[in-house]
Amino acid sequence: MRRSTLIVMIVVLLLFVLSWIFKANALSAGEDNYIARGFLITFAAFLTLAVMSFLYQDNPFYKFAEHLFVGISAAFWMCMGFWTTIVQNLIPRLSTSLADFFQVPQQAGGLEPFFFTPVILGILLLMRLSPKGGWISRWPLAFIVGTTAGLNFIRYLRSDFIKQISSTFVPLLGRQWEGIGPFLSNLDLSATGQLVVLISNWVVFLGVFCGLIYFFFSKEHKGAFGFGSRVGIWILMITFGASFGYTVMGRISLLVGRITFLFRDWLGIIET
Amino acid sequence: MKHKLLIPCLLLLCFTLASAQEGTSPPEDTLLFDSASLPAPVTNLVAEDTDNDHGHAITLEWQTSADDGTGKQSVTMYEVFRWVPDLMTRIPALRDTLDYLKLRTGESWSEPEPGSRTDSIHNVFASLDDAALESKLESLEQTISQAIKGLPAAHATYPEDGEWQQVAVAPAGSATAADVGTKEKDSPDYLPDYSDFYYRVDAVTADPTIRTSSEIFGPVQSYGQWFNTGRLAVSVFVLVFGFFTVFFVYRARRGADLYVRPLAGIEAVDDAIGRATEMGRPILYVMGLGTADQIATIASFTILGRVAKRVAEYQTKLMVPAYEAVVMAVAQEVVKTAYYDAGRPDDYDEDIVFFVTSLQFAYVAAVNGLMLRELPATNVYMGKFFAESLLLAETGAVAGSIQIAGTDEIAQIPFFIVACDYTLIGEELYAASAYLGREPILLGSLKAQDWAKAGVIVLAIAGLILSNLAIANDWSWASAIIDLFRVVD
Repeated sequence: MRRSTLIVMIVVLLLFVLSWIFKANALSAGEDNYIARGFLITFAAFLTLAVMSFLYQDNPFYKFAEHLFVGISAAFWMCMGFWTTIVQNLIPRLSTSLADFFQVPQQAGGLEPFFFTPVILGILLLMRLSPKGGWISRWPLAFIVGTTAGLNFIRYLRSDFIKQISSTFVPLLGRQWEGIGPFLSNLDLSATGQLVVLISNWVVFLGVFCGLIYFFFSKEHKGAFGFGSRVGIWILMITFGASFGYTVMGRISLLVGRITFLFRDWLGIIET
Repeated sequence: MKHKLLIPCLLLLCFTLASAQEGTSPPEDTLLFDSASLPAPVTNLVAEDTDNDHGHAITLEWQTSADDGTGKQSVTMYEVFRWVPDLMTRIPALRDTLDYLKLRTGESWSEPEPGSRTDSIHNVFASLDDAALESKLESLEQTISQAIKGLPAAHATYPEDGEWQQVAVAPAGSATAADVGTKEKDSPDYLPDYSDFYYRVDAVTADPTIRTSSEIFGPVQSYGQWFNTGRLAVSVFVLVFGFFTVFFVYRARRGADLYVRPLAGIEAVDDAIGRATEMGRPILYVMGLGTADQIATIASFTILGRVAKRVAEYQTKLMVPAYEAVVMAVAQEVVKTAYYDAGRPDDYDEDIVFFVTSLQFAYVAAVNGLMLRELPATNVYMGKFFAESLLLAETGAVAGSIQIAGTDEIAQIPFFIVACDYTLIGEELYAASAYLGREPILLGSLKAQDWAKAGVIVLAIAGLILSNLAIANDWSWASAIIDLFRVVD
């Protein structure tokens, strides 16, 4: 470890202790466990700053926060998987005595031997740990991938394919087309107005048409086909641009949440 | 004298007031409701099994009351009643007792709150010992089971031993309602199939006591259908798509040259692997947060196989951090097979694919750290990505890696486009797996997809023209054709 790194770490440790003391002192007037509470708030602020320090470069504080986060989350999900999936969902369906042992309520409809199937598949999956029987673990994998791919095929065909076709059946001239004269005289720029509806229906139709051309892989994109494909990618890019802006705004709200924590809960600069 | 006159005057006043009181009769129509003041009943009530379902539901249709929204006794809603045999009404109470006995004989028994429903049952069984309770529990389970089995026979006893129960409500103006039960025999909403149901519909006014019942309709039975005709379009498309797939797979196997246009992102994979080899740096392959059953992840496995095979040939280092246990297991198999196919089984290392964690941002933190410490020459992101997409791609860009991404998650594609060198958009990800593999099955399915897309373009244009003409000319037959594409959920 370099000397400069060591000095920075000692300074950060001192700042941490000072922050803890000040925070605990500030909380002592209104809270019972103010020492522990002060530690938790200071530690949360430290972890937030440690993760944010990644914006500068990789450093020991980020590594500490990363390893802590990964380790705790891996252990947490393992425990959650065991207690919620196996203990709460599986055991009450298979054994009354085991359900009593784990003190979980028994299944209302009685035991369901059908649930031995996932147990068997799970055991087969664990066979990969055996040097000789590792090939057996491919069977449950094939079962998982095959069945879900088959189920998803129907679902996607319904929701993404056929509904997409029916959603393209839009009135290109609006619902009540009475000629160009009435259309121009009643020109309305509101969202439900005929002009806006008409434009939006044309965008839907051309967007689907050109988008499908772009995703057509069996023909080279040249000539008129290439033009349609280019229009398709333009429509996609405009959509992605709008989506990008919308999502970035959402991310900024997350940043605001963290900054609020630092300035209000930790430093107390912002009033509650 | 004055007092002598006052008394007769007061008496006269009282008499006059009393007479006036008797004479103030209320309007005739508010006195009491006779048959003339009741709302008109609904007519032509018809009940039939609900179509395209698994049974346990009845659909009712009727002609609305003549007083629906009009008249002195305006109908505000319709209440649907079903005749329910006594046996069926007794089952919930039996179930309550069964639940109590299960609790009582279990480990987690505690004294019920005084005055609660459980407490009232407890008072009946409080004196029984464990053996007696077990015996009661067993006999009660048999009783409930027999009662459920006997429901069709009980319904056949109409109109003896039963009562009318409200099962649905429809607002004024409605001419239809559904009595939807469940197939779960343990549920209080269980509706037995193949039982004779009888229905009536009450036209109800704002004063719920003023109502008129329709004629009773019955018997009608519920039952499940083998086929959901509302999904006819789906089945036709499955058959057509299946035919295309088989046809093109057959052609590919016979050696036909099936053209697939080049995809820049996929063309770059080989160059990127070569770059990593020259630089002596690893390749990082991230499969995202998808589970093994998602199409994007399945496509990612195929691309991983191709990348791993090329990596094995070039003897470059590959790193595949996994987010999910099953994905990790499949990815290990894929990479192992690729190393065997490349003729380098000895180079395969179990740690090429490794599990990180199943928490989204913890996974991102670990992969970001990996990028900055190992400095991979190439980062490949293929699969299902969510909010972590930009965090990963931005760090990769900072680390100076060539980045190739592909996902079908529309909201994340923009982030990959701005931060990666090449991006496979949506279906290009699926096409990439076929393009790289050049296997007949994958190529055949890709060709089938293209033909399906051509079919969509044709159908969309035809449907569009038809729907516009149908609107302009009021063609009902054209609307019927268009309705074939409206999928019933």
